Amino acid sequence: MNLLDTLLRCVGTLVAFLVLPLVVGQAEHKVMAHMQGRLGPMYAGGFHGWAQLVADGVKFVQKENVVPAGADRRVFQLAPAVALLPYLLVLLVIPVGPDGMVGQVVDAGIFFVLAVMGIGVLGSLMAGWASANKFSLLGALRTAAQLMSYELPMLLAAASVAMAAGTVSLPGIVDAFHWWWVPWQLIGAFVFFTAGLAELQRPPFDMPVADSEIIFGAYTEYTGLRFALFLLSEYAGIVVLCGLTTVLFLGGWHGPFEDGLGWLWTLVKTFALAFVVLWLRVTYPRLREDQLMRFAWTVLIPLALAQLALTGIIKVAIS
Amino acid sequence: MSTLLAAAGSLEPAARSYLSPTGQEIVFLLVGALVLGAAVVSVTTRQLVHAALWLVVALGGLAVEFLLLTAEFVAWVQVLVYLGSVVVLVLFGLMLTRAPIGRSPEADSGNRPAALAVGAASAATLVTLVVDAFRSSWIDLSGAAGTTRLTGEYLFSHWVLPFEALSVLLLAALVGAIVLSRAKGGSADAKPRAGKLRTGLTKQKER
Repeated sequence: MNLLDTLLRCVGTLVAFLVLPLVVGQAEHKVMAHMQGRLGPMYAGGFHGWAQLVADGVKFVQKENVVPAGADRRVFQLAPAVALLPYLLVLLVIPVGPDGMVGQVVDAGIFFVLAVMGIGVLGSLMAGWASANKFSLLGALRTAAQLMSYELPMLLAAASVAMAAGTVSLPGIVDAFHWWWVPWQLIGAFVFFTAGLAELQRPPFDMPVADSEIIFGAYTEYTGLRFALFLLSEYAGIVVLCGLTTVLFLGGWHGPFEDGLGWLWTLVKTFALAFVVLWLRVTYPRLREDQLMRFAWTVLIPLALAQLALTGIIKVAIS
Repeated sequence: MSTLLAAAGSLEPAARSYLSPTGQEIVFLLVGALVLGAAVVSVTTRQLVHAALWLVVALGGLAVEFLLLTAEFVAWVQVLVYLGSVVVLVLFGLMLTRAPIGRSPEADSGNRPAALAVGAASAATLVTLVVDAFRSSWIDLSGAAGTTRLTGEYLFSHWVLPFEALSVLLLAALVGAIVLSRAKGGSADAKPRAGKLRTGLTKQKER
Protein backbone atom coordinates (compact mmCIF):
# COMPACT_ATOMS: atom_id res chain seq x y z
CA MET A 1 0.00 0.00 0.00
CA ASN A 2 1.69 3.20 -1.12
CA LEU A 3 1.51 6.62 0.45
CA LEU A 4 -0.98 8.13 -2.00
CA ASP A 5 -3.40 5.26 -1.47
CA THR A 6 -3.21 5.65 2.32
CA LEU A 7 -3.67 9.40 2.05
CA LEU A 8 -6.71 9.01 -0.22
CA ARG A 9 -8.34 6.57 2.19
CA CYS A 10 -7.75 8.91 5.14
CA VAL A 11 -9.19 11.89 3.25
CA GLY A 12 -12.20 9.80 2.20
CA THR A 13 -12.83 8.79 5.81
CA LEU A 14 -12.50 12.39 6.94
CA VAL A 15 -15.03 13.56 4.34
CA ALA A 16 -17.45 10.82 5.39
CA PHE A 17 -16.88 11.82 9.02
CA LEU A 18 -17.75 15.44 8.29
CA VAL A 19 -20.71 14.80 5.96
CA LEU A 20 -22.60 11.75 7.27
CA PRO A 21 -23.27 13.08 10.81
CA LEU A 22 -24.66 16.28 9.30
CA VAL A 23 -26.96 14.25 7.05
CA VAL A 24 -28.18 12.33 10.10
CA GLY A 25 -28.65 15.59 12.01
CA GLN A 26 -30.66 17.17 9.22
CA ALA A 27 -32.71 13.96 8.90
CA GLU A 28 -33.40 14.19 12.63
CA HIS A 29 -34.73 17.75 12.24
CA LYS A 30 -37.06 16.76 9.44
CA VAL A 31 -38.11 13.30 10.66
CA MET A 32 -38.91 14.54 14.17
CA ALA A 33 -40.80 17.50 12.75
CA HIS A 34 -42.96 15.42 10.45
CA MET A 35 -43.66 12.83 13.13
CA GLN A 36 -44.85 15.65 15.40
CA GLY A 37 -46.98 17.31 12.69
CA ARG A 38 -44.52 20.16 12.05
CA LEU A 39 -42.42 21.10 9.06
CA GLY A 40 -39.04 21.65 10.69
CA PRO A 41 -36.47 24.05 9.23
CA MET A 42 -37.72 25.39 5.89
CA TYR A 43 -35.75 28.54 5.05
CA ALA A 44 -31.96 28.05 5.28
CA GLY A 45 -30.57 27.14 1.85
CA GLY A 46 -33.89 27.39 0.06
CA PHE A 47 -34.99 23.80 -0.57
CA HIS A 48 -36.69 22.47 2.59
CA GLY A 49 -34.06 24.08 4.80
CA TRP A 50 -31.26 21.73 3.73
CA ALA A 51 -28.53 24.14 4.90
CA GLN A 52 -29.89 24.50 8.44
CA LEU A 53 -27.01 22.62 10.08
CA VAL A 54 -24.42 24.52 8.04
CA ALA A 55 -25.97 27.73 9.32
CA ASP A 56 -25.95 26.28 12.84
CA GLY A 57 -22.26 25.50 12.46
CA VAL A 58 -21.50 29.08 11.40
CA LYS A 59 -23.49 30.30 14.40
CA PHE A 60 -21.55 28.05 16.79
CA VAL A 61 -18.20 29.27 15.42
CA GLN A 62 -19.19 32.90 16.02
CA LYS A 63 -20.19 32.32 19.65
CA GLU A 64 -17.86 33.21 22.50
CA ASN A 65 -15.82 30.37 23.94
CA VAL A 66 -16.43 30.55 27.69
CA VAL A 67 -14.42 28.61 30.27
CA PRO A 68 -15.99 28.85 33.75
CA ALA A 69 -13.84 30.62 36.36
CA GLY A 70 -13.64 27.62 38.71
CA ALA A 71 -13.02 25.08 35.97
CA ASP A 72 -9.91 23.04 35.35
CA ARG A 73 -8.96 24.86 32.16
CA ARG A 74 -6.82 22.33 30.35
CA VAL A 75 -9.02 19.30 31.01
CA PHE A 76 -12.11 21.38 30.17
CA GLN A 77 -10.66 22.39 26.81
CA LEU A 78 -9.31 18.95 25.97
CA ALA A 79 -12.55 17.07 26.65
CA PRO A 80 -14.38 17.67 23.30
CA ALA A 81 -11.41 16.31 21.35
CA VAL A 82 -11.31 13.17 23.52
CA ALA A 83 -15.04 12.70 22.93
CA LEU A 84 -14.88 13.19 19.15
CA LEU A 85 -11.64 11.56 17.94
CA PRO A 86 -12.50 7.93 18.84
CA TYR A 87 -15.45 7.97 16.41
CA LEU A 88 -13.17 9.22 13.62
CA LEU A 89 -10.79 6.33 14.30
CA VAL A 90 -13.63 3.81 14.35
CA LEU A 91 -15.02 5.10 11.05
CA LEU A 92 -11.62 4.36 9.52
CA VAL A 93 -12.02 0.58 9.93
CA ILE A 94 -15.70 0.09 9.01
CA PRO A 95 -15.80 -1.71 5.63
CA VAL A 96 -18.10 -0.03 3.11
CA GLY A 97 -17.78 -2.23 0.06
CA PRO A 98 -16.16 -5.47 -1.15
CA ASP A 99 -12.53 -5.76 -2.31
CA GLY A 100 -10.87 -3.58 0.28
CA MET A 101 -13.28 -0.65 0.24
CA VAL A 102 -12.35 0.29 3.78
CA GLY A 103 -10.25 3.03 5.30
CA GLN A 104 -7.79 0.67 6.92
CA VAL A 105 -7.87 -3.09 7.36
CA VAL A 106 -7.36 -4.02 11.00
CA ASP A 107 -6.73 -7.62 11.94
CA ALA A 108 -8.75 -7.57 15.18
CA GLY A 109 -11.40 -5.15 13.90
CA ILE A 110 -14.18 -5.89 16.40
CA PHE A 111 -11.85 -5.42 19.34
CA PHE A 112 -10.46 -2.21 17.90
CA VAL A 113 -13.94 -0.78 17.36
CA LEU A 114 -15.31 -1.67 20.79
CA ALA A 115 -12.12 -0.61 22.57
CA VAL A 116 -11.88 2.77 20.90
CA MET A 117 -15.60 3.53 21.24
CA GLY A 118 -15.26 3.05 25.00
CA ILE A 119 -12.66 5.84 25.15
CA GLY A 120 -15.14 8.46 23.95
CA VAL A 121 -16.83 8.26 27.33
CA LEU A 122 -13.65 9.55 28.96
CA GLY A 123 -14.39 12.83 27.14
CA SER A 124 -17.78 13.14 28.84
CA LEU A 125 -16.25 12.25 32.20
CA MET A 126 -13.52 14.86 31.78
CA ALA A 127 -16.04 17.48 30.66
CA GLY A 128 -18.36 16.79 33.57
CA TRP A 129 -15.65 16.89 36.20
CA ALA A 130 -13.70 19.88 34.84
CA SER A 131 -16.79 22.10 34.55
CA ALA A 132 -16.90 22.66 38.34
CA ASN A 133 -20.67 22.36 38.24
CA LYS A 134 -22.63 19.81 40.25
CA PHE A 135 -25.08 19.12 37.44
CA SER A 136 -22.19 18.43 35.08
CA LEU A 137 -20.63 16.08 37.63
CA LEU A 138 -23.95 14.24 38.06
CA GLY A 139 -24.18 13.89 34.29
CA ALA A 140 -20.65 12.53 34.11
CA LEU A 141 -21.37 10.00 36.87
CA ARG A 142 -24.50 8.82 35.09
CA THR A 143 -22.49 8.53 31.87
CA ALA A 144 -19.87 6.36 33.55
CA ALA A 145 -22.44 4.14 35.28
CA GLN A 146 -24.32 3.69 32.01
CA LEU A 147 -21.17 2.84 30.06
CA MET A 148 -20.07 0.23 32.57
CA SER A 149 -23.46 -1.48 32.52
CA TYR A 150 -23.94 -1.51 28.76
CA GLU A 151 -20.39 -2.29 27.65
CA LEU A 152 -20.75 -5.92 28.72
CA PRO A 153 -23.90 -6.87 26.70
CA MET A 154 -22.44 -5.05 23.68
CA LEU A 155 -19.22 -7.05 23.90
CA LEU A 156 -21.10 -10.33 24.35
CA ALA A 157 -23.32 -9.64 21.33
CA ALA A 158 -20.29 -8.79 19.20
CA ALA A 159 -18.53 -11.93 20.45
CA SER A 160 -21.49 -13.98 19.23
CA VAL A 161 -21.04 -12.69 15.66
CA ALA A 162 -17.30 -13.26 15.83
CA MET A 163 -18.00 -16.85 16.90
CA ALA A 164 -20.43 -17.36 14.04
CA ALA A 165 -17.98 -15.98 11.47
CA GLY A 166 -14.89 -17.56 13.00
CA THR A 167 -12.95 -14.31 12.67
CA VAL A 168 -12.63 -10.98 14.48
CA SER A 169 -11.86 -8.96 11.36
CA LEU A 170 -14.76 -6.80 10.13
CA PRO A 171 -14.35 -7.46 6.36
CA GLY A 172 -13.92 -11.15 7.22
CA ILE A 173 -17.24 -11.16 9.08
CA VAL A 174 -19.09 -9.59 6.15
CA ASP A 175 -17.45 -12.07 3.77
CA ALA A 176 -18.69 -14.97 5.90
CA PHE A 177 -22.25 -13.62 6.04
CA HIS A 178 -25.26 -15.62 4.78
CA TRP A 179 -28.86 -14.45 4.75
CA TRP A 180 -29.89 -16.92 7.47
CA TRP A 181 -27.56 -15.16 9.89
CA VAL A 182 -30.20 -12.46 10.30
CA PRO A 183 -32.73 -14.71 12.12
CA TRP A 184 -29.87 -16.62 13.79
CA GLN A 185 -28.28 -13.47 15.28
CA LEU A 186 -31.51 -11.53 15.77
CA ILE A 187 -31.29 -11.41 19.57
CA GLY A 188 -27.65 -10.39 19.37
CA ALA A 189 -28.51 -7.62 16.93
CA PHE A 190 -31.20 -6.30 19.29
CA VAL A 191 -28.82 -6.37 22.25
CA PHE A 192 -25.98 -4.74 20.31
CA PHE A 193 -28.12 -1.96 18.89
CA THR A 194 -29.84 -1.21 22.20
CA ALA A 195 -26.62 -1.24 24.19
CA GLY A 196 -25.04 0.98 21.54
CA LEU A 197 -27.89 3.46 21.86
CA ALA A 198 -27.34 3.50 25.61
CA GLU A 199 -23.62 4.06 25.14
CA LEU A 200 -24.37 7.02 22.86
CA GLN A 201 -26.83 8.40 25.42
CA ARG A 202 -29.55 8.66 22.82
CA PRO A 203 -33.18 8.72 23.94
CA PRO A 204 -34.71 6.70 25.59
CA PHE A 205 -31.34 6.19 27.35
CA ASP A 206 -30.49 9.89 27.74
CA MET A 207 -30.45 10.07 31.54
CA PRO A 208 -26.92 11.62 31.55
CA VAL A 209 -28.17 14.66 29.61
CA ALA A 210 -31.73 14.73 30.99
CA ASP A 211 -32.52 18.41 30.45
CA SER A 212 -35.47 18.50 32.85
CA GLU A 213 -33.30 17.28 35.75
CA ILE A 214 -29.65 18.18 35.27
CA ILE A 215 -29.80 20.84 32.51
CA PHE A 216 -27.55 19.21 29.92
CA GLY A 217 -25.37 16.93 32.03
CA ALA A 218 -21.66 17.05 31.34
CA TYR A 219 -22.06 19.59 28.51
CA THR A 220 -23.91 22.24 30.54
CA GLU A 221 -21.01 24.69 30.73
CA TYR A 222 -19.89 24.37 27.13
CA THR A 223 -20.50 27.06 24.51
CA GLY A 224 -19.63 27.76 20.92
CA LEU A 225 -17.43 25.43 18.93
CA ARG A 226 -16.66 23.05 21.80
CA PHE A 227 -20.36 22.45 22.37
CA ALA A 228 -20.79 21.87 18.63
CA LEU A 229 -18.00 19.27 18.77
CA PHE A 230 -19.87 17.36 21.48
CA LEU A 231 -23.03 17.44 19.37
CA LEU A 232 -21.04 16.30 16.33
CA SER A 233 -19.62 13.41 18.33
CA GLU A 234 -23.16 12.30 19.20
CA TYR A 235 -24.20 12.21 15.54
CA ALA A 236 -20.92 10.63 14.46
CA GLY A 237 -21.68 8.03 17.13
CA ILE A 238 -25.04 7.31 15.49
CA VAL A 239 -23.34 6.82 12.12
CA VAL A 240 -20.72 4.54 13.65
CA LEU A 241 -23.22 2.47 15.62
CA CYS A 242 -25.54 2.01 12.63
CA GLY A 243 -22.60 1.21 10.36
CA LEU A 244 -21.31 -1.37 12.83
CA THR A 245 -24.72 -2.99 13.28
CA THR A 246 -25.00 -3.15 9.48
CA VAL A 247 -21.59 -4.77 9.14
CA LEU A 248 -22.02 -7.23 12.01
CA PHE A 249 -25.66 -8.24 11.76
CA LEU A 250 -27.18 -7.12 8.44
CA GLY A 251 -24.52 -8.34 6.06
CA GLY A 252 -22.88 -5.03 5.12
CA TRP A 253 -22.55 -4.79 1.35
CA HIS A 254 -24.51 -7.99 0.56
CA GLY A 255 -27.55 -7.42 -1.66
CA PRO A 256 -28.53 -7.43 -5.32
CA PHE A 257 -25.74 -6.17 -7.65
CA GLU A 258 -23.28 -6.25 -4.74
CA ASP A 259 -20.24 -6.21 -7.02
CA GLY A 260 -20.96 -2.73 -8.31
CA LEU A 261 -23.31 -1.28 -5.75
CA GLY A 262 -22.00 -2.86 -2.53
CA TRP A 263 -21.13 0.51 -0.97
CA LEU A 264 -24.67 1.73 -1.67
CA TRP A 265 -26.17 -1.23 0.19
CA THR A 266 -24.00 -0.46 3.23
CA LEU A 267 -25.11 3.17 3.17
CA VAL A 268 -28.80 2.28 2.68
CA LYS A 269 -28.78 -0.16 5.58
CA THR A 270 -26.88 2.31 7.78
CA PHE A 271 -29.36 5.08 7.13
CA ALA A 272 -32.33 2.76 7.61
CA LEU A 273 -30.94 2.00 11.08
CA ALA A 274 -30.27 5.70 11.70
CA PHE A 275 -33.95 6.32 10.92
CA VAL A 276 -34.85 3.78 13.59
CA VAL A 277 -32.62 5.67 16.05
CA LEU A 278 -34.49 8.90 15.33
CA TRP A 279 -37.84 7.10 15.43
CA LEU A 280 -37.08 5.71 18.90
CA ARG A 281 -36.25 9.21 20.11
CA VAL A 282 -39.70 10.49 19.13
CA THR A 283 -41.53 7.38 20.37
CA TYR A 284 -40.25 6.49 23.83
CA PRO A 285 -40.05 8.55 27.01
CA ARG A 286 -36.79 8.65 28.96
CA LEU A 287 -35.98 5.72 31.23
CA ARG A 288 -35.31 6.38 34.90
CA GLU A 289 -31.81 5.64 36.21
CA ASP A 290 -32.83 2.51 38.13
CA GLN A 291 -34.94 1.24 35.21
CA LEU A 292 -31.92 1.80 32.98
CA MET A 293 -29.63 -0.28 35.18
CA ARG A 294 -32.22 -3.01 35.69
CA PHE A 295 -32.77 -3.22 31.93
CA ALA A 296 -29.06 -3.71 31.30
CA TRP A 297 -28.42 -6.32 33.99
CA THR A 298 -31.67 -8.30 33.97
CA VAL A 299 -32.68 -8.14 30.29
CA LEU A 300 -29.78 -7.40 27.98
CA ILE A 301 -27.05 -9.51 29.61
CA PRO A 302 -29.17 -12.69 29.92
CA LEU A 303 -30.33 -12.18 26.31
CA ALA A 304 -26.73 -11.76 25.15
CA LEU A 305 -25.65 -14.89 27.02
CA ALA A 306 -28.56 -16.83 25.51
CA GLN A 307 -27.50 -15.63 22.06
CA LEU A 308 -23.93 -16.77 22.75
CA ALA A 309 -25.17 -20.23 23.74
CA LEU A 310 -27.43 -20.42 20.66
CA THR A 311 -24.57 -19.37 18.38
CA GLY A 312 -22.30 -22.00 19.91
CA ILE A 313 -24.87 -24.80 19.58
CA ILE A 314 -25.70 -24.06 15.95
CA LYS A 315 -22.06 -23.49 15.07
CA VAL A 316 -21.14 -26.92 16.45
CA ALA A 317 -24.18 -28.51 14.78
CA ILE A 318 -23.39 -27.26 11.27
CA SER A 319 -19.63 -27.69 11.31
CA MET B 1 6.25 -22.90 22.37
CA SER B 2 7.42 -24.11 19.01
CA THR B 3 4.64 -22.44 16.98
CA LEU B 4 5.38 -19.01 18.36
CA LEU B 5 9.11 -19.49 18.06
CA ALA B 6 8.77 -20.63 14.48
CA ALA B 7 6.73 -17.56 13.70
CA ALA B 8 8.81 -15.14 15.70
CA GLY B 9 12.20 -16.29 14.49
CA SER B 10 15.04 -17.56 16.59
CA LEU B 11 16.09 -16.23 19.95
CA GLU B 12 19.74 -16.27 18.94
CA PRO B 13 21.97 -13.43 20.07
CA ALA B 14 21.67 -10.39 17.90
CA ALA B 15 23.49 -10.58 14.62
CA ARG B 16 22.99 -6.88 14.16
CA SER B 17 24.27 -3.74 15.74
CA TYR B 18 22.42 -1.53 18.21
CA LEU B 19 24.06 1.53 16.71
CA SER B 20 21.86 1.80 13.60
CA PRO B 21 18.30 1.67 14.91
CA THR B 22 15.35 1.52 12.54
CA GLY B 23 12.55 4.09 12.65
CA GLN B 24 10.32 1.61 14.45
CA GLU B 25 12.85 1.17 17.24
CA ILE B 26 13.27 4.92 17.67
CA VAL B 27 9.51 5.36 17.95
CA PHE B 28 9.41 2.48 20.43
CA LEU B 29 11.97 4.19 22.65
CA LEU B 30 10.28 7.59 22.40
CA VAL B 31 6.87 6.14 23.32
CA GLY B 32 8.55 4.26 26.15
CA ALA B 33 9.98 7.51 27.48
CA LEU B 34 6.51 9.08 27.23
CA VAL B 35 4.96 6.17 29.15
CA LEU B 36 7.61 6.45 31.87
CA GLY B 37 7.13 10.22 32.15
CA ALA B 38 3.34 9.95 32.31
CA ALA B 39 3.60 7.21 34.93
CA VAL B 40 5.94 9.30 37.10
CA VAL B 41 3.67 12.35 36.83
CA SER B 42 0.69 10.14 37.60
CA VAL B 43 2.12 9.05 40.96
CA THR B 44 3.65 12.40 41.94
CA THR B 45 0.91 14.88 41.01
CA ARG B 46 -1.17 16.22 43.88
CA GLN B 47 -4.31 16.59 41.78
CA LEU B 48 -6.30 13.38 42.10
CA VAL B 49 -8.20 13.39 38.81
CA HIS B 50 -5.11 14.52 36.91
CA ALA B 51 -3.33 11.43 38.26
CA ALA B 52 -6.05 9.23 36.75
CA LEU B 53 -5.85 11.11 33.44
CA TRP B 54 -2.06 10.72 33.30
CA LEU B 55 -2.67 7.04 33.91
CA VAL B 56 -4.72 7.10 30.69
CA VAL B 57 -1.68 8.47 28.83
CA ALA B 58 0.64 5.85 30.34
CA LEU B 59 -1.67 2.90 29.60
CA GLY B 60 -2.46 4.20 26.11
CA GLY B 61 1.27 4.52 25.43
CA LEU B 62 1.69 0.89 26.49
CA ALA B 63 -0.95 -0.08 23.92
CA VAL B 64 1.09 1.75 21.28
CA GLU B 65 4.15 -0.22 22.38
CA PHE B 66 2.25 -3.48 21.90
CA LEU B 67 1.23 -2.29 18.43
CA LEU B 68 4.84 -1.52 17.55
CA LEU B 69 5.69 -5.09 18.59
CA THR B 70 2.96 -6.21 16.10
CA ALA B 71 0.82 -7.66 18.93
CA GLU B 72 -2.34 -6.01 17.65
CA PHE B 73 -4.81 -8.09 19.63
CA VAL B 74 -3.01 -7.49 22.93
CA ALA B 75 -2.94 -3.76 22.18
CA TRP B 76 -6.71 -3.54 21.63
CA VAL B 77 -7.42 -5.62 24.71
CA GLN B 78 -5.18 -3.24 26.66
CA VAL B 79 -7.25 -0.29 25.40
CA LEU B 80 -10.55 -2.07 26.00
CA VAL B 81 -9.81 -3.27 29.52
CA TYR B 82 -7.54 -0.59 30.95
CA LEU B 83 -8.56 2.63 29.20
CA GLY B 84 -12.20 1.80 28.62
CA SER B 85 -13.02 0.09 31.89
CA VAL B 86 -10.40 0.34 34.64
CA VAL B 87 -9.66 4.05 34.29
CA VAL B 88 -13.36 4.86 33.86
CA LEU B 89 -13.99 2.89 37.07
CA VAL B 90 -11.19 4.78 38.86
CA LEU B 91 -12.58 8.14 37.69
CA PHE B 92 -16.08 7.05 38.67
CA GLY B 93 -14.87 6.13 42.16
CA LEU B 94 -12.95 9.41 42.51
CA MET B 95 -15.87 11.55 41.40
CA LEU B 96 -18.31 9.65 43.59
CA THR B 97 -16.23 10.26 46.71
CA ARG B 98 -13.94 13.28 46.57
CA ALA B 99 -12.45 14.91 43.53
CA PRO B 100 -11.90 18.60 44.07
CA ILE B 101 -10.50 20.73 41.27
CA GLY B 102 -6.98 21.79 42.19
CA ARG B 103 -4.55 20.32 44.66
CA SER B 104 -5.69 18.08 47.47
CA PRO B 105 -2.82 17.85 49.99
CA GLU B 106 -4.97 16.01 52.54
CA ALA B 107 -4.98 12.99 50.20
CA ASP B 108 -1.26 12.59 50.84
CA SER B 109 -0.87 9.89 53.47
CA GLY B 110 2.85 10.19 54.21
CA ASN B 111 3.56 6.76 52.78
CA ARG B 112 5.73 8.13 49.99
CA PRO B 113 9.01 6.50 51.13
CA ALA B 114 7.37 3.09 51.55
CA ALA B 115 5.62 3.40 48.18
CA LEU B 116 8.87 4.44 46.55
CA ALA B 117 10.67 1.44 48.07
CA VAL B 118 7.99 -1.03 46.95
CA GLY B 119 7.84 0.52 43.48
CA ALA B 120 11.59 0.48 43.03
CA ALA B 121 11.86 -3.11 44.27
CA SER B 122 9.16 -4.43 41.94
CA ALA B 123 10.58 -2.46 39.01
CA ALA B 124 14.06 -3.87 39.72
CA THR B 125 12.65 -7.41 39.87
CA LEU B 126 10.78 -7.06 36.59
CA VAL B 127 13.66 -5.39 34.73
CA THR B 128 16.10 -8.04 35.97
CA LEU B 129 13.72 -10.80 34.93
CA VAL B 130 13.16 -9.44 31.41
CA VAL B 131 16.80 -8.56 30.82
CA ASP B 132 17.94 -11.95 32.09
CA ALA B 133 15.32 -13.81 30.03
CA PHE B 134 16.08 -12.20 26.69
CA ARG B 135 19.63 -10.83 27.08
CA SER B 136 20.72 -9.72 23.62
CA SER B 137 18.36 -11.92 21.59
CA TRP B 138 16.67 -10.43 18.57
CA ILE B 139 13.05 -11.23 17.72
CA ASP B 140 12.19 -10.72 14.07
CA LEU B 141 8.85 -8.90 13.91
CA SER B 142 8.42 -8.97 10.14
CA GLY B 143 6.45 -12.27 10.17
CA ALA B 144 3.02 -12.99 11.61
CA ALA B 145 4.33 -12.98 15.17
CA GLY B 146 1.46 -11.21 16.88
CA THR B 147 -1.65 -11.88 14.83
CA THR B 148 -4.91 -12.62 16.59
CA ARG B 149 -5.02 -16.20 15.33
CA LEU B 150 -1.54 -17.02 16.61
CA THR B 151 -2.14 -15.30 19.96
CA GLY B 152 -5.37 -17.24 20.40
CA GLU B 153 -3.87 -20.61 19.47
CA TYR B 154 -0.93 -19.99 21.76
CA LEU B 155 -3.10 -18.82 24.65
CA PHE B 156 -5.47 -21.78 24.47
CA SER B 157 -2.93 -24.51 23.81
CA HIS B 158 0.21 -23.68 25.82
CA TRP B 159 -1.08 -21.27 28.42
CA VAL B 160 -4.51 -22.71 29.19
CA LEU B 161 -3.71 -23.50 32.82
CA PRO B 162 -2.50 -20.00 33.82
CA PHE B 163 -5.42 -18.55 31.85
CA GLU B 164 -7.96 -20.61 33.76
CA ALA B 165 -6.18 -19.97 37.06
CA LEU B 166 -6.48 -16.24 36.42
CA SER B 167 -10.19 -16.67 35.69
CA VAL B 168 -10.64 -18.41 39.06
CA LEU B 169 -8.71 -15.60 40.75
CA LEU B 170 -11.01 -12.99 39.17
CA LEU B 171 -14.05 -15.01 40.22
CA ALA B 172 -12.71 -15.09 43.78
CA ALA B 173 -12.26 -11.31 43.68
CA LEU B 174 -15.84 -10.95 42.43
CA VAL B 175 -17.24 -13.11 45.21
CA GLY B 176 -15.11 -11.22 47.74
CA ALA B 177 -16.46 -7.89 46.54
CA ILE B 178 -20.04 -9.14 46.91
CA VAL B 179 -19.35 -10.46 50.42
CA LEU B 180 -17.71 -7.18 51.49
CA SER B 181 -20.54 -5.04 50.14
CA ARG B 182 -23.28 -7.18 51.68
CA ALA B 183 -21.78 -7.48 55.17
CA LYS B 184 -22.60 -3.93 56.26
CA GLY B 185 -25.83 -3.27 54.41
CA GLY B 186 -27.69 -6.16 56.07
CA SER B 187 -28.58 -4.44 59.35
CA ALA B 188 -32.09 -3.05 59.64
CA ASP B 189 -31.29 0.22 61.44
CA ALA B 190 -29.42 1.61 58.46
CA LYS B 191 -32.71 2.86 57.01
CA PRO B 192 -33.98 6.21 58.25
CA ARG B 193 -37.31 5.92 60.04
CA ALA B 194 -40.22 7.72 58.46
CA GLY B 195 -41.01 11.18 59.82
CA LYS B 196 -37.81 11.61 61.77
CA LEU B 197 -35.69 14.58 60.87
CA ARG B 198 -32.06 13.65 60.32
CA THR B 199 -29.72 16.43 61.36
CA GLY B 200 -25.97 16.68 61.53
CA LEU B 201 -26.09 15.62 65.21
CA THR B 202 -27.66 12.24 64.53
CA LYS B 203 -25.21 11.66 61.75
CA GLN B 204 -22.36 12.25 64.15
CA LYS B 205 -23.92 9.86 66.65
CA GLU B 206 -24.11 7.17 64.01
CA ARG B 207 -20.40 7.45 63.51
